[in-house]
Amino acid sequence: MIKRALIFLVLAFFAWQFLLMVTGWEGLSGLGEIARHYMEKGREELGAANIVTAIVVTYRGLDTLGEVSVLFLAAAGIGFLLGAGRLSRKQDGGNAGGLENEKTRRKASEILETGSDIVVPAIAVFGVYIFVNGHLSPGGGFQGGAVIASAIVLLFLSHPFYSLNHGVLKVTESLSGTVYVGLGLLGLILAGGFLDARFLPVGEFGRILSAGAIPVIYSLIGLKVGAELVGILEQMRRPS
Amino acid sequence: MIITALIILMGVTMVVSAVFALHTKNLLMAVIAVGILSLFSSIIYLIMQAPDVAMTEAAIGAGLSTVIFLYALRRTTDRDVDDD
Repeated sequence: MIKRALIFLVLAFFAWQFLLMVTGWEGLSGLGEIARHYMEKGREELGAANIVTAIVVTYRGLDTLGEVSVLFLAAAGIGFLLGAGRLSRKQDGGNAGGLENEKTRRKASEILETGSDIVVPAIAVFGVYIFVNGHLSPGGGFQGGAVIASAIVLLFLSHPFYSLNHGVLKVTESLSGTVYVGLGLLGLILAGGFLDARFLPVGEFGRILSAGAIPVIYSLIGLKVGAELVGILEQMRRPS
Repeated sequence: MIITALIILMGVTMVVSAVFALHTKNLLMAVIAVGILSLFSSIIYLIMQAPDVAMTEAAIGAGLSTVIFLYALRRTTDRDVDDD
């Protein structure tokens, strides 16, 4: 009874708060002070055509570093949880899980196999395009990495017995993460602050080699995110 | 006008699929309903001039998380638990 009453009270509280929000809402008349600074000064300060990328990589660069770390921790946690059981079973002797899985896993249909062989390279190249052009067009490291990972999903579905080279994933991921933080420190030494992209020349507005180090940083983020997501998928795919 | 009607239609579909995902007993259907929700929300982001967010939502929300849910579903066993 008390439980029910408590639930009712909490729901009533939320409803009241929601009512306040709905009745008291009024649209913004203009941009806030920080947003106006980004919109007006962002172009000459950083030279990135896509203002979202300028904010994500430079103005709010520390937040992006935090996001990348969160994703890294998630990938590491999944690898730790799913990998631990497999290791102890291997010590028990015998590879029963793997054998059982060989039976349940079947070959993909020829249509899927042929189609994905054509499409997978194109999707992967599109992912690279998204993060290399992150400072010019919508998208960037996270989106490009996710697109690359979805290409790998298609590869996993069409070739069930294909196994990835883990060494490449590990090296890509740790190297790009280290260089990312290194570039941030370089910004601290050579330019205005940590993750300041202006230690490279800003260049001509709208060209691919412009906006300082933003394309380099976003490409590294793309590689890192892609490698982490592919690692998660590989861990989930393997038989328990 | 057409755009507004489209947004309302997609919004209603999103709410319906979210409620369906909560109430259905079939976990596979629930995963697919959540995927539909993500797909429509990414289209709405695109209509509302947020292409960056739309791309993230389409690639991660509708694509990768659906696949990860399906892999997780394969690893678990299906068992009905009586609530209340």
